Amino acid sequence: MFIKRRPSWAIPESEVTPESIYLNRRKFMSGVIASAATVAMPGLVQAKEAPKTQSLEYHQAEGYSTDEDVAPYEAITGYNNFYEFGTGKEDPARHAGQMSVDPWAIDVEGECGRPGRYALEDLLRPHNYEERIYRLRCVEAWSMVIPWVGVPLGDVLKRLEPSSKAKYVYFETLHRPEQMPGQRSLFSTIDWPYREGLRMDEAMNELSFLAVGLYGKTLPNQNGAPIRLVVPWKYGFKSIKSIVRIRFMEEQPKTSWEMIAPDEYGFYANVNPDVDHPRWSQKRERRLPSGILRPNWIETTKFNGYEEQVAHLYKDMDLAKFY
Amino acid sequence: MRWVLAKNVRATLLKIVLFGVALIPLAVLIRSVMVGDLGPDPGKVITESLGIAAFQLLLATLLLTPLKKLSGWSGWLRYRRMLGLFAFFYAVLHVLAFLQLILGWGDLWATFTRRPYIIAGAVAFLLLLPLAVTSTRKMMKRTGRWWKPMHRLIYVSALLAWVHFLWQARSDIGEMVVYGVLLATLLVVRVYWGGLSSLIPLRKA
Repeated sequence: MFIKRRPSWAIPESEVTPESIYLNRRKFMSGVIASAATVAMPGLVQAKEAPKTQSLEYHQAEGYSTDEDVAPYEAITGYNNFYEFGTGKEDPARHAGQMSVDPWAIDVEGECGRPGRYALEDLLRPHNYEERIYRLRCVEAWSMVIPWVGVPLGDVLKRLEPSSKAKYVYFETLHRPEQMPGQRSLFSTIDWPYREGLRMDEAMNELSFLAVGLYGKTLPNQNGAPIRLVVPWKYGFKSIKSIVRIRFMEEQPKTSWEMIAPDEYGFYANVNPDVDHPRWSQKRERRLPSGILRPNWIETTKFNGYEEQVAHLYKDMDLAKFY
Repeated sequence: MRWVLAKNVRATLLKIVLFGVALIPLAVLIRSVMVGDLGPDPGKVITESLGIAAFQLLLATLLLTPLKKLSGWSGWLRYRRMLGLFAFFYAVLHVLAFLQLILGWGDLWATFTRRPYIIAGAVAFLLLLPLAVTSTRKMMKRTGRWWKPMHRLIYVSALLAWVHFLWQARSDIGEMVVYGVLLATLLVVRVYWGGLSSLIPLRKA
């Protein structure tokens, strides 16, 4: 008999609260309270537009599971970092609607057999979508559990035929200041476009994922539509959004946060409770959504709990030096 | 006589208005907590908005002397104590919110010894403490000629509060720059009017 053993990072779908259930409950609760508030202080209540998304077809690969609670859709889509749209956590939800994501093309360059400009559909057509429920740990010491839909990064990269010289893979986010107010800011220290990179073996790891969806639907713009990286054992900023360029490189690429503050953010950026950020501790994280009166602190685990899958990538490395 | 009365009425009205304005940040927060629209990380939003309110009220307190100079109406100084105490009030709430809603009273030692931005904020807060304590008329009399040089600590506190704010920026420092320009202006006009010594705390004039 063939028995499928679930890897430790897999979460069965049965553990995810169906979206409709909590949406209904929350909608009801917030509806009651909001209508009371509108009566009391009409000017303060803002209408929020739901992001435009479409349903996706996907299968549940293995059961990608943890017994942790998945963050609600509004938390994931209403509270995140996407500095192209501003530094506030609500700025992406507020401003990302301006970005047009269709049509979308990705330039493939560098040390590979099939360089060129690919329409997104062409790049993805041969692949079946699957759902993966991953922990996302932000370098700012908060985290959420997120049900992504997408394809393993390695499968896509293999089809582009990286050569033996390809030691790293580099990614770039869309640079379009007219649709991205954060890129127009005078006081931003980011040298746009946003850049990220992985070592080739990291990119080929089974966990590395290209997400095109969230909660069974296409990604809302604020979460990096139409396609983004998800590397769950690294701090969130490595999971670059709205990708327009993939380049295979022999040399280690310069990445955005490393360029801004190399003493604070390294190329590897593996989640590691033993290496503090110079300005704050990484020992714990606040799992969101958090209650009002009591912060929802949990202990941060090495490689964000994915040690079994990725520790071998770094076995001879001093992780305090290569942070 | 009638004119004097009218002026007093105006001053009292202005005091009520300023009192109400100073309560707006708290009212907005209370409303948000009740409506539940603070998002998935409410503790952080609460703590940060209380900190910003404290800083804004510090700046408002520092604005009164220049207003007096520019308008020629010394009545502005009557609101200094009230606004200063409001700044302290928000600072106390900010510190309590940080301890309860962000730290959860854990990691205290490491937080207050090893995080530079926390240290700057903590010192800014501690400097306000003696100023709040000596803000009553009675304490003013008791501290005598020390009162004024001691209360110049507000300049140091405001500068540290700004550093505390700036050190939390990850990339875009636009907001910090705006507040920095405001604070710098408020300090520079004092140097212009009273010389550098008018800024130095704990030195008798």
